[in-house]
Amino acid sequence: MVRLEPRAEISPVMRWLTPPLAVILTIIAGAILFLAMGYDPARSLRAFFIAPLSSAYGLAELGVKATPLILIATGLAVGFRAGVWNIGAEGQLTLGALAGGYVGLLFWGQAGWFILPLMMIAGVLGGMAWAAIPAFLKAKFDVNEILVSLMLTYVGLLLLSALIYGPLRSPEGFGFPESRMFSPSAQLPNLIAGTRLHLGAVITGVIVLIVWFLMSRTLFGFQVTVIGQAPAAARFAGFSRSRMIWISLMMGGGLSGLAGLFEVTGPIGQIVPTISPGYGFTAIIVAFLGRLHPLGCVLAGLLVALSYLGGENAQITVGMPQAVTGVFQGMLLFFLLAADVLVRYRLRVGKPAPALIPTRGGR
Amino acid sequence: MAPPAAPAPRLALTGIRKAYPGVLANDDVALTVEEGEIHALLGENGAGKSTLVKIIYGVLAPDEGEIRWAGRPVRIASPNAARQLGIGMVFQHFSLFEALSVLENVALGMDGEKNWQALAGRIVEVSRAYGLPLDPTREVHELSVGERQRIEIVRCLLQAPKLLIMDEPTSVLTPQEVDRLFLTLRQLASEGVSILYISHKLHEIKALCDAATIMRGGKVVAHCDPKVETARSMATLMVGSNFAAPEKPAKRLKRAPRFQVNALDLESSEAFGTSLKEVSFEVRAGEIFGIAGVAGNGQTELLAALSGERPVEAEAIIIDGNRAGALGPRARRGLGLAYIPEERNGHAAIPDLTLAENALLSAFDRRALLTNGVIRFARASAFAEEVIERFSVKATGPDARASSLSGGNLQKFVVGREILQAPNVLIAAQPTWGVDAGAAAAIHQALLDLATHGVAVLVVSQDLDELLVLTDRMAVINGGRLSRPLVTGEATLEEIGLLMGGLHDLPDDIPAVETAAVNQHVQAL
Repeated sequence: MVRLEPRAEISPVMRWLTPPLAVILTIIAGAILFLAMGYDPARSLRAFFIAPLSSAYGLAELGVKATPLILIATGLAVGFRAGVWNIGAEGQLTLGALAGGYVGLLFWGQAGWFILPLMMIAGVLGGMAWAAIPAFLKAKFDVNEILVSLMLTYVGLLLLSALIYGPLRSPEGFGFPESRMFSPSAQLPNLIAGTRLHLGAVITGVIVLIVWFLMSRTLFGFQVTVIGQAPAAARFAGFSRSRMIWISLMMGGGLSGLAGLFEVTGPIGQIVPTISPGYGFTAIIVAFLGRLHPLGCVLAGLLVALSYLGGENAQITVGMPQAVTGVFQGMLLFFLLAADVLVRYRLRVGKPAPALIPTRGGR
Repeated sequence: MAPPAAPAPRLALTGIRKAYPGVLANDDVALTVEEGEIHALLGENGAGKSTLVKIIYGVLAPDEGEIRWAGRPVRIASPNAARQLGIGMVFQHFSLFEALSVLENVALGMDGEKNWQALAGRIVEVSRAYGLPLDPTREVHELSVGERQRIEIVRCLLQAPKLLIMDEPTSVLTPQEVDRLFLTLRQLASEGVSILYISHKLHEIKALCDAATIMRGGKVVAHCDPKVETARSMATLMVGSNFAAPEKPAKRLKRAPRFQVNALDLESSEAFGTSLKEVSFEVRAGEIFGIAGVAGNGQTELLAALSGERPVEAEAIIIDGNRAGALGPRARRGLGLAYIPEERNGHAAIPDLTLAENALLSAFDRRALLTNGVIRFARASAFAEEVIERFSVKATGPDARASSLSGGNLQKFVVGREILQAPNVLIAAQPTWGVDAGAAAAIHQALLDLATHGVAVLVVSQDLDELLVLTDRMAVINGGRLSRPLVTGEATLEEIGLLMGGLHDLPDDIPAVETAAVNQHVQAL
């Protein structure tokens, strides 16, 4: 029988070494997988991990994909540290895109500097409103926020469908389920001509720095740590748990909503039936891979964004199935969690507890 | 080889060694318990008693050493194996299901017991024979701690043990219950059962035990006869050096009340918790007021209300004339209330955080460790350093993790953190629970000094000896009600014990258990 035995001491170095270790193991396992599927592993890995980064356009695309992941993960990480498990970022992203996008459509055909900020505010509020439902139920009735936030995601996606096939559908769109294209004043300006890298990446960078400061230097960040690690000590200190439930979900929801808005006003330019390729769920992997640290989330976000790009590139150049992206992300999370368990526990092989064995009498 | 001619001791350990990473918990330990002997295992917290007992009971395997049972070398691989040999153990913390009856709890501990009717009969029989009144039909949550302990003892006795291990059995009992337990133990010994009695209470060991083994720092420092030794000489062996007993000033100036509790009612938030009923008392400036009582009589609820972790009605709690009942812990700290919770790990301190961060936990307002919500880490660190120095905390510095400190040192840190915030009122729950004698003396002295400076100090403790040393007045909490206050010097142990047990709790005779009631209960199961 195989048992897990807690280690007496947990090495702090190993805690930070596990993410790179998980990445290496994922690459090895990926190579084996490619081989088993009959692809040349060296060529496939090149197509997956190196080719996407070998052009300026590719690097810009990396930024485009990483922006929503980092933004959402940064917000989620705060909640995860406090022990508030918001799994519904995908739905909050959708509602943010809808609310902010709707404001953009209200000003369709108009120009003005105020339109974009207004859309951002609406995007944040849209995400917050969706996250307010699990927050209220959790704080008031102790309803499990994992279930509520997750299920609301599907409600959010259906709401998007209903609106995009109905009132938001473009009158000039020949019946396609798409909104009008946003006016130039309602679109995020590009940072580099010829690429899709947009202002949202800069705003995300600023937000990451602000959250980093909040988490590491202020009483707020300390409260998050204490509530997450020792709820009784938090009560002793006088830190309110229900307040933290609200703040965590508002941060996660608000930033997810903003990420959704960035998608529709940036790379997409209109509201469409599928806004995100699962950024809200993938950001959970990013948050844990980044050790729930804002700067760690940046590195992890870039890495996971690469898995999206690599998957697309491998489809085109090597002809791999689309599912390879999901498989890579899944393996990454699997190896990270497995490495985490082994850092904390030791594997013991053997029978659990043998029965009484009298030793030979008289020595 | 032939067995020795003289009867072999029931249990003989030689050369027992057990190492944990960084600690040698047992080093060349020898222990011999004769048939029918009450043998004391004496030592401070951390002396290695628990490790040794776990080895005897098969919970841990020793790294080296030999265990002989009635002269025969054995390896005790599990508690089940220990029970098969005839070793029974009553743990300090009971493992009982609150919602089940006494009979059900006992049956759960017996493998393969099918005949409940017969089992109920045997419970009544054993409890009669050994003076352990117990009604098999009652549910555990209705029972006092003393009664719960009886369930554990009866559960052991049903297996007819040859060696009974008792781990700190009196720490939760009233003085009268202690006397009754001793009668039972002496009767068992006279019938040939060996008893290994673990304690650090010297007067109990003198009263009860035939032999004693004293441990310190993982080693046996002496085998002695407690009837011959004085309590003082055994204490010196146990602690290793003379330590200064705290000095209680003869007379302190009593001033106005600083902390008042008025008719406090509070529903317990736990399923089998104790609700508070009209609790009223006051603590004056310069006074140490004690609340005694057996655990589970409403202390948890009372402390939650007094500290602000569970706000109550505004008028119910007055701090220095301010109505504070509705305030949370942070606002109450602003009024000068400091609180030392019973549990160090995870309540008063966070094991994974550094001492500087733990200093921040309760002191951020009163020691001005924040500027507009931004933490001043240098000040937090300096404050932690101050606590470490003033309270002689053994730690590598403010960056040491709380989990790296021993229980006594972490407790000194917690006490120091609260005292150096210059409180007007200090509430301390079990301030010396599980700490070594040196740290306990230092903490007691700090509390006495605080009172001398005009602070109102409230000590809630199960340890009567502690309250007798520290307090000026004390009251007893029982079933969520607080007794009238007694002046500590004038109250007798008898009187306090009766208040703790709530009078009704100690029937002189074994209650006649109605056979019909037992039958009915068995039918219902």
